[in-house]
Amino acid sequence: MSSSIQEVLLANNLIVAFVFVGITVYFSYFISEKFTSGKFHGSAIAIILGLIFAYIAGLLYEGEKGVADIAILSGVGLLGGSMLRDFAIVATAYGANFQDLKSSGAEGIFSLFLGVILSFSLGALIAISFGYTDAISITTIGAGAVTFVVGPITGSAIGAGSEVIALSVAAGLVKSILVMTMTPLVARRIGLNNPKSAMVFGGLMGTNSGVAAGLAAVDPKLVPYGAMTATFYTALGCLIVPSVLFFIVNLFY
Amino acid sequence: MVIYGIALLGICTLLGLLLGDWLGLIFGVDANVGGIGIAMLLLMYFSNTSTTKFNLGNISEKGITFWSSIYIPIVVAMAAKQNVIGALDGGLMALIAGIVVVSISFLFVPLISNFKNNK
Repeated sequence: MSSSIQEVLLANNLIVAFVFVGITVYFSYFISEKFTSGKFHGSAIAIILGLIFAYIAGLLYEGEKGVADIAILSGVGLLGGSMLRDFAIVATAYGANFQDLKSSGAEGIFSLFLGVILSFSLGALIAISFGYTDAISITTIGAGAVTFVVGPITGSAIGAGSEVIALSVAAGLVKSILVMTMTPLVARRIGLNNPKSAMVFGGLMGTNSGVAAGLAAVDPKLVPYGAMTATFYTALGCLIVPSVLFFIVNLFY
Repeated sequence: MVIYGIALLGICTLLGLLLGDWLGLIFGVDANVGGIGIAMLLLMYFSNTSTTKFNLGNISEKGITFWSSIYIPIVVAMAAKQNVIGALDGGLMALIAGIVVVSISFLFVPLISNFKNNK
């Protein structure tokens, strides 16, 4: 009987992945509600849990693909792979409006460019100070400091190794988690109480889930404004990091 | 039809990736240059013209919004397949990078949003 269970799970690995991720997310929201009364966002906990599972799987199976190295969970590799990831990221742009961005004025656009370039530069400088000397690794880690989405996209575009990509995701995750958790604490001090500052905030931080979760904890009405610029942020990051910013880093390293 | 939305999303994604590939060739790098960003701009173009001449419709729209709403679960799956052990060697760096970037970015929020008010 157990062999037939395994057979079904192996033959339907993508569906197993849906169930696996669904249970992980459900469990995460349960923890979020029960133990942090929603303060620590469920999606943040789910991502951390995913990383913990990947860590445990890495210890047990000594592979490089986290839980996807476990045969019955190989579908997680497909679900979290570049094809569906890119597809879903493109979908988040739906509904964002050029007109809205225009009405947010110069600040919104300025904060977008400043946000991407500032985060990238700081991330790249930290990579250099930690002893990285090749342009591909420096750019990928800088991209991770932009968002944990721009990091792996840049990394695979310019040919970085899996470890550097994982590092860039880690840096982006730290950023996203900090934005989710710190935003409610600093909101008043940085004047985050109106649509314009929410747009600037989204443009500077960029990390989609971090901005959406962080703003939701401050004032749910501000979410669409921040999420809107944050949506452009990922597009801008994907556009200029593997191209212009990579070429600039390449000039020096 | 839901499939129309999914197909439109697919067209934008494929076109974007294709253009990104060509940009890579033009720039002389063996890589996809900004393909996802181009795809997002394409989808924004289509979603913005829908009110005037290109009407996708509510049901077809679901083919796109479904994928948009499954973005976080996909990120969770992406996290679960990472080489975390490899990343932990540089865990301190990731932590410092995150803290520095977020702290400095927070400082810039009031600077930029108050820029116009002060004029």
